Amino acid sequence: MAEPIYKVRDLKVSVPDMARKPLIGAAPRLEILKGLSFEIARGSVMGIVGGSGSGKSTLGRTLIRLTQPSEGRILFDGTDITDLGENRLRPLRRKFQMIFQDPMSSLNPRRRIGGIIAGPLKLQGYDGIDNRVRESLDLVGLPRAFAGRYPHELSGGQRQRVGIARAIALRPEFILADEIVSGLDVSSQAQVLNLLEELVRELGLTLAFISHDLSVVRRLCGRIIVLRQGEIVENAETGTLFDNPQADYTKELLAAIPLPDPDQVWV
Amino acid sequence: MTKSYLSIRDLNASIHRGPPLLRGVSLDVAQGEVRCLVGESGAGKSMIGKAVLGILPRAVVVTGGEIWLDGENLLAMPPAKRRKTIGAKAAMIPQDPLTALNPSHRVGPQITDRLVDILGWTRADADARAVELLGEVHIPEAERVLKMYPHELSGGMRQRILIASAFAAEPKLIIADEPTTALDVTVQKQILRLIAEMQRRHGTALLFVTHDLGVVSKVGNHLTVLFAGKVVEDASMREFFASPVHPYSRSLLAATPKYTDPTGSLNPVPQAVIDETMAEVAAYDREHGHG
Repeated sequence: MAEPIYKVRDLKVSVPDMARKPLIGAAPRLEILKGLSFEIARGSVMGIVGGSGSGKSTLGRTLIRLTQPSEGRILFDGTDITDLGENRLRPLRRKFQMIFQDPMSSLNPRRRIGGIIAGPLKLQGYDGIDNRVRESLDLVGLPRAFAGRYPHELSGGQRQRVGIARAIALRPEFILADEIVSGLDVSSQAQVLNLLEELVRELGLTLAFISHDLSVVRRLCGRIIVLRQGEIVENAETGTLFDNPQADYTKELLAAIPLPDPDQVWV
Repeated sequence: MTKSYLSIRDLNASIHRGPPLLRGVSLDVAQGEVRCLVGESGAGKSMIGKAVLGILPRAVVVTGGEIWLDGENLLAMPPAKRRKTIGAKAAMIPQDPLTALNPSHRVGPQITDRLVDILGWTRADADARAVELLGEVHIPEAERVLKMYPHELSGGMRQRILIASAFAAEPKLIIADEPTTALDVTVQKQILRLIAEMQRRHGTALLFVTHDLGVVSKVGNHLTVLFAGKVVEDASMREFFASPVHPYSRSLLAATPKYTDPTGSLNPVPQAVIDETMAEVAAYDREHGHG
């Protein structure tokens, strides 16, 4: 088996708990992630699932070093990125990109789609930017003419495609997708998930897909990590997790999903 | 026959001098019944609720139709009387409990002020009612919670407060506009059960706006499917889930994810179905002189 793209050991993240800060002296630390260890295999899709406050977004942001871990190690592609400074991270950033939850607030409303997708390309000093922008638009199935439009002219599903186009423009090895379909209608949701599945296959991407909703991750993800209050309660193959969940919390999450079926027992 | 608390007849609304938003919508919600209003974003499902409550955005005008609330046609009333009738007989459970509560006021007065100022209750009666209601929505230590500010409460607790507030004056009709979209699944389940429990206990008519057919199958008796402001299907819940009639509603059901299905069932609504339904809407517009 190939070397995993991510190796995470005893990862902890804590923040100062300002609500309990004494008048004088340092605030006590509040642990968000309490020592997580796992690996993400190259070319796989890893689901990260949990309720609100479980630490799933913090975990995602720490993986791509938007958040500084307080303890533990993160190895990306064999390189220890736990304590790298921003200057040494920048060349690595082209290898890991992120798609955000709310495309309306993560796309600059005053810039055209073409400029938005070109942003990271310019930052990384690429040339032939126009060609790469067109290629990205093709890959996510948006007409090339969209490069001249503004985000508000697009529907929610189209805006999320722009977010994806921006992330894949650099041809990264790893993409973090944080709740990217939770704001979309079921039909656009299905389109975006199908698109991601295609891109993973075509571009050989590794994907971490964060969601609070287990029903959208089944088809896409090979493995799923279930988080609860900063701890991994289950890390299993997708089929195993759905057919034979071990942790009580996983069972609770599954039981809470309303299936479109009036006969489902749901008490 | 049970009494129809809300009856909308041929309701039309449009942007001022612009395109239609609601196209001849008719629906009924009887006493003790839950009707779900389903559709994708932009289909006009929230518009219907806002039209009933008289809180449409300024740019939207009702161009025709009738809205009967507990036997009175709201659109035929002078504005002052309309506001009074709506205030006494209808209430809303909003989508986002954080923005619906005023962050700089304690939650107690946010429940009771409406009862005192608009419905003329005494302060003591209103306070007693608030304590009683918090008990009904399973919030312990009601007196203490009523003195808290919204930021001190979790999302689920805030939504419970708003549910209590909606039922406070025993309205005939409650409009719930995506009340669980901002919550995670385990909390959503608790809140849906609570809304159903309260609705049954009080015999309220409930118009439940949602885009999630999974949620519909848990709370509804009837549902109305909207597309571009036009009703494409009106069915009882059982009928609908057994065999949806309109191709668009069939596709919407097929697009709803089912975690029990290993293939993941990711089926977007086919473009052909959208085109076909758009053609129906265009035909309606031609017939009614909009297009």
